[in-house]
Amino acid sequence: MAAILSFAAIFPLNTLGHYIHWHWIYISVANLTVIILMVLTFVGALFLPFPGRRRRKENR
Amino acid sequence: MSTAEIDRQWTTKLRRKVAGKLPPEKLLPDTQPSYVASWIYVFGVATLASLGVVIFTGCILAIRGPQWWHGSSYGHFINSLHLWSVEIFFFTMVIHLWGKFAMAAWRGGRTLTWMTGVVTFLASIATAFTGYASQTNFDSQWITTQAKDGINATGAGAYFNVLNLGQMLMWHIVLLPIAAVVLTALHVVLVRIKGVVPPFEDDVKPATQKVAVGE
Amino acid sequence: MTKNAFRPDVDAPEWKGGHTPYDIIKEGTIALLVIALLTLILAIVFGSPDETAITIKSWSNAAPIDFATTALSELNGTSTSAAYGAPYNHNGSSQQIGPLQLEKWVGVRIPINAAQAFVIQPLKALPNEPTLDADLSQYTSASSATQTAWLNAYAKAANNMKFVKGQVVVNTTTAGPVPVMINDLTTMARSGALDQDLLNSSGFYTTDYTKPLLFLADGQYLGNLATEQHLGGDQWGMMNETGNYPGQAWLWLYTFWYQVPPFNSSASGDALVWGVMMVLSILLLLVPVIPGLRSVPRKLRIYRLIWREHYRDSGTS
Repeated sequence: MAAILSFAAIFPLNTLGHYIHWHWIYISVANLTVIILMVLTFVGALFLPFPGRRRRKENR
Repeated sequence: MSTAEIDRQWTTKLRRKVAGKLPPEKLLPDTQPSYVASWIYVFGVATLASLGVVIFTGCILAIRGPQWWHGSSYGHFINSLHLWSVEIFFFTMVIHLWGKFAMAAWRGGRTLTWMTGVVTFLASIATAFTGYASQTNFDSQWITTQAKDGINATGAGAYFNVLNLGQMLMWHIVLLPIAAVVLTALHVVLVRIKGVVPPFEDDVKPATQKVAVGE
Repeated sequence: MTKNAFRPDVDAPEWKGGHTPYDIIKEGTIALLVIALLTLILAIVFGSPDETAITIKSWSNAAPIDFATTALSELNGTSTSAAYGAPYNHNGSSQQIGPLQLEKWVGVRIPINAAQAFVIQPLKALPNEPTLDADLSQYTSASSATQTAWLNAYAKAANNMKFVKGQVVVNTTTAGPVPVMINDLTTMARSGALDQDLLNSSGFYTTDYTKPLLFLADGQYLGNLATEQHLGGDQWGMMNETGNYPGQAWLWLYTFWYQVPPFNSSASGDALVWGVMMVLSILLLLVPVIPGLRSVPRKLRIYRLIWREHYRDSGTS
């Protein structure tokens, strides 16, 4: 609670970064997480059912 | 004043042209084609919403000036909001780009919609760069001293001096946001005028197909 | 009258199907609330990085030998800035792509004479220093051959440079006034006066940090700190942020080229990378008008997932 009132972050990420070195690829865990989340979000957006199917069928 | 004279006025001609291309029911539609049935379609509006948060938090940072956030925990929090809204902005914009490519959304006369989108993407990268250059901390010191070599190599560095904080800040809070907002508005207006691109028709015979012809 | 043949990657069929009610303002409002909430959560949980800027004062106090060595390189014209070329001076060859030497053609627009800007003029600005003034006068009035001889003697001895009790110690007697100049500049830097002089030499108000940043970047200290934070050019640094924060993942392709030949070893690496990225950006812009490239979506068939409900309902296979 005190942390929120002082606007301090709960889990600040200020420690030295973690990096993954694979062949010639060298990427931070943070960036890799973002990229993986983007791919998962894109795939999820393609596959997850979109609500309102019955209404669309009625209006065809 | 005669009707013919009113018809000849620039104002009248412009209003009719604009209203013809974008009547209110197209600008603010209350229906959409029933093929718009995928979560991929939310990433355009998500990008717009992110841009709104970026600009709003940027305005708060602008009210107190570029050094404020280093000495104020409230200012640092606003900076955090600004940083994460930028991350979300690029996150949603790139997924939007992937989706629009997968749909070949330039079809049916929508080439300009695609192009304004790409230019907006590139302008956003430039805007983000000038933002990183304006942080007034170690990160901005490193980023600018490295970026200068790339930009100098193009000849642009002689006029676009990344080591000049004042110049970078003004590009970041004045020139590039104007460009980004204008380009985004053009892009959205084009989407409203042309509508959302219809699906590919897999089993259509070309000779019998009535088309909306592309450019 | 027959229309032109339908081009599936260019043309779009006219939609004759149904429409469903759609509340665009509600959608926009929900999107804004969701994004604002997500931003708030991320900011509250993770905050943002803010590594304090280094100054010439902090640099020269933390690494006085690196500072003094850099000062020497500014004076003898061997520093990156001194030998850069356009847009700072005429001393270096510019980067080029084939016959294109854009950097050189635009010319010197931000003139920096490293020896004058970083060493001589700041030392001259120090008040009440008659010994230093005499040394500076001796240096500036000497012939360039004499200056070179002094600088070479100092550079040779500087391999064993020491920093003892606040003084830069270099074992040489044939370097003329150079040892005093370098030592006094280091003292000036350690006091903070050099930061101020480099900024205010052109007036009271300035937002132009060109001189102090060029000087900082000429040393090893800034680069070493950056390498520790994985921000170096050969560490895909352009994508990275200090600490464990996500950086600029969208720059992945721009920084990729710097990791591979010929870009990573060419003297014109920056120009080549910019050239490649310009071409790729133009290709992205022109996808709709490039046959083959604009056919990729249809061939990938990801659209079958996006519009699967439409295809199912209209009975197309």
